[in-house]
Amino acid sequence: MPTLEGYLVVSALLFGIGAFGFMARRNAILMLISIELMFNAVNLSLVAFNAFVPNDSNTGAVFGLMIMAVAAAEVTVGLALVIAIIRTRQTAEVDQYSDLRE
Amino acid sequence: MTIELLIALIPALPLVGFLFAVFVGPRLDHVPTHATHGGPEGPTDTGHGEPAAHSASHGAGPIVDDADYRSVPTEEEQRATSPHHGHADDLANAEGAQGVIPHEYDDGLGQSGHVTPGAPRPRYRSWIVPTVLVGLSWLASMVVFASVIFGGNEHEVVIYEWIASGDFHIEIGFIVDALTAMLLLVVSTVGLLVHVYSIGYMDGDRGFWRFFAYLNLFMFSMLLLILGDNFLMLYVGWEAVGLCSYALIGFWYKKPSAAGAAKKAFIVNRVGDFGFGLGIMMIWVNLGTLSFRETFETIGTLDEGTITVIALLLFAGAVGKSAQFPLHVWLPDAMEGPTPVSALIHAATMVNAGVYLVARANPIFAEAPTAMWVVASIGVFTAVFAAAIALTQNDIKKVLAYSTVSQLAYMFFALGIGAWTAAIFHLVSHGFFKGLLFMGSGSVIPGAGGEQDMRYMGNLRGPMRWTYITMVIGSLALAGIPIFAGFFSKDEILAEAFNRGYLLFYVVGVIVAFMTAFYTFRMIFMTFWGPWRGPRQAYRHIHESAPTMVAPLLILAVPTILAGLFLGIPPEGGAIHGWLGEVFHDSEEAGILPGSILSHGHEGFQLFGIGGLLLLIGAAAGIGGLLLAYRWYVQRPESAARFVERVPFGMGPGMYRASVNRYYVDDLYELVWARGGVLVSNALWWFDSRVIDGAVNGAGWVARRVGGGLRKLQTGRVENYGLGIAAGLAIVLFVYATVVR
Repeated sequence: MPTLEGYLVVSALLFGIGAFGFMARRNAILMLISIELMFNAVNLSLVAFNAFVPNDSNTGAVFGLMIMAVAAAEVTVGLALVIAIIRTRQTAEVDQYSDLRE
Repeated sequence: MTIELLIALIPALPLVGFLFAVFVGPRLDHVPTHATHGGPEGPTDTGHGEPAAHSASHGAGPIVDDADYRSVPTEEEQRATSPHHGHADDLANAEGAQGVIPHEYDDGLGQSGHVTPGAPRPRYRSWIVPTVLVGLSWLASMVVFASVIFGGNEHEVVIYEWIASGDFHIEIGFIVDALTAMLLLVVSTVGLLVHVYSIGYMDGDRGFWRFFAYLNLFMFSMLLLILGDNFLMLYVGWEAVGLCSYALIGFWYKKPSAAGAAKKAFIVNRVGDFGFGLGIMMIWVNLGTLSFRETFETIGTLDEGTITVIALLLFAGAVGKSAQFPLHVWLPDAMEGPTPVSALIHAATMVNAGVYLVARANPIFAEAPTAMWVVASIGVFTAVFAAAIALTQNDIKKVLAYSTVSQLAYMFFALGIGAWTAAIFHLVSHGFFKGLLFMGSGSVIPGAGGEQDMRYMGNLRGPMRWTYITMVIGSLALAGIPIFAGFFSKDEILAEAFNRGYLLFYVVGVIVAFMTAFYTFRMIFMTFWGPWRGPRQAYRHIHESAPTMVAPLLILAVPTILAGLFLGIPPEGGAIHGWLGEVFHDSEEAGILPGSILSHGHEGFQLFGIGGLLLLIGAAAGIGGLLLAYRWYVQRPESAARFVERVPFGMGPGMYRASVNRYYVDDLYELVWARGGVLVSNALWWFDSRVIDGAVNGAGWVARRVGGGLRKLQTGRVENYGLGIAAGLAIVLFVYATVVR
């Protein structure tokens, strides 16, 4: 029987990978994927808490579902924007998107 | 017609005249301009040097554009240029009387009688309605005067409630008691005569209708001032006469000296008026009323310190309006205005407002001995100070101006020692004879070709006989020669000073009387006697003034001779005492020093007693001054200069210079207030531009620099932002882990 700690460790690892990927990568698509990783890490911890902490209303699971819906919407918009930018700028490298700098 | 309606008409008629003159007047006058008659320089210009240049400058341009508002050159304008450029040359160049007008002002229309030959005569009708209305106002005044003085009535008229706000009630109301009636007599009479006089004096001036409009507005304001039954109405009239004074001093506003003098008068008056305004506010705060009657009934309930402050603040206004030291500097400069204005406003009426104020507020002053001392001291000092300046002035109007300051100071001296009736007596007689003298000088100056400097006059008694006779009568009154008005009124002040125990003031007063007689007849002798000292050619152009100018002189000569006899006999108990007795009844005891004659009870005037002796001393001072002037300026014209050299310790020339330079008071004010004001303003400007603006600009600078620093954070690199988010998250977690838990 896996323990709560096990789930949380996996969740933390996933979040760490996502955060690292977000900061280390230059490719906009990969950064979006990293953000999704972080979302899922959070989702994992929420459902883990829901399963292991006694409660009657499955709040954590509901939160998880909500986050999935939000993440789906976010990634739809984000991906559309990223595709549009890649089309106009002919690159996916985010360092090139510095027009709004100071 | 009820008396109340008459009283209301007295100020209302000049107001109507003012409105008429403003709205209809300009259409009634026809003054030919250059554009219409052309070639102004014409045949008279041959001796002037650059006729072409002048014609060119006249032919077109700004002068024609505002011709309606352009004042014609006068003796004042002539003087403005002459002393420094050598007026003798102007006159020497002159082919005729027209030549005395400087080119730059000469548009073919001169002062009375100087209109260029061949040019169309100006036609004036705008004087008719204003003058007739002032005449009607005078009639009403005389009826009211008779009702009050001879009928023994006292009238109060309330027109309507002006301000009603909470406890603050101000009515437009008039009060006519004996004091107001005396002022009415002077203001209406001199006012009417000045209107008549101005018809002749202002002939040839483009601002004719404007002049009459101002005069009527002045009459309205002055009558409001003396008729008002509360301090606020007095204050309104007070400010309005100040405004008219400003407008009339600066009547020839294109002349810089006149515009400057007008501003000076207005600003110096503001200083005093500020005090006056504060005084009125203090009365309101302490008593809750501004009506004369209620104020004077309840003033005794205040403590003496408060009353003294109120009295001194009111007196500050009087000092400004009546040109007393240290606010006397504006009155001599005010002589830049047309001479009828000097006669009306700056000799006979407006400058008396300060005396009227103190006399009207006598219940307040009677409760404040300290304030009375201040009034008397300033009066005595100003009297001797101004007389000492008048001794050496060469400008005929300046002599009269300083004389006015000195005589007004006499009145304050009388008020300060509690001789209220004597002060009003002197006000009345001075109003008549000083008005006469100023109008006389206004007749002399254009008659003598625009010259104002007495050193270039002389021997005018032949060609200007009527002016000469009337001016001598006025001078005899001013000098205090027996039987003339000034003798009785001045002597009464001196006798009161003696009887009330002010011996030092009495002695100074006698000395001032002597000086007054001396400088007055110095003026007469320099102007009318001796040889003609102006340019030779000019003498044959000297002429008597127009009948409308001479007639007022003759009329004013009558009260100048008779007022003293009618009002002042017997001395210290004449008719005027009976009239004014009730007004000053409760204040008569104020100012009597312990141990003086009056403190033992007065036994009345005795011709062969102290009273007679004082009368003799006063007469001797006047006659002595007259004789000294005769000796120095007629018999031995060089002896004045020799006297200056003989003053011990060689102080003579220095004293003379100091007197000629008005004891440097004007220079001191110029240094302290004008230059000092510029210095302070510069310092404040520096503070404003550096410190205030610096702080504002500094705030912007700081924001910009901080923003400039912070914008470097906006790298535009997403990973940097991500790092920032992660770092922020780490910090929040760290804080949560270490501090919160």
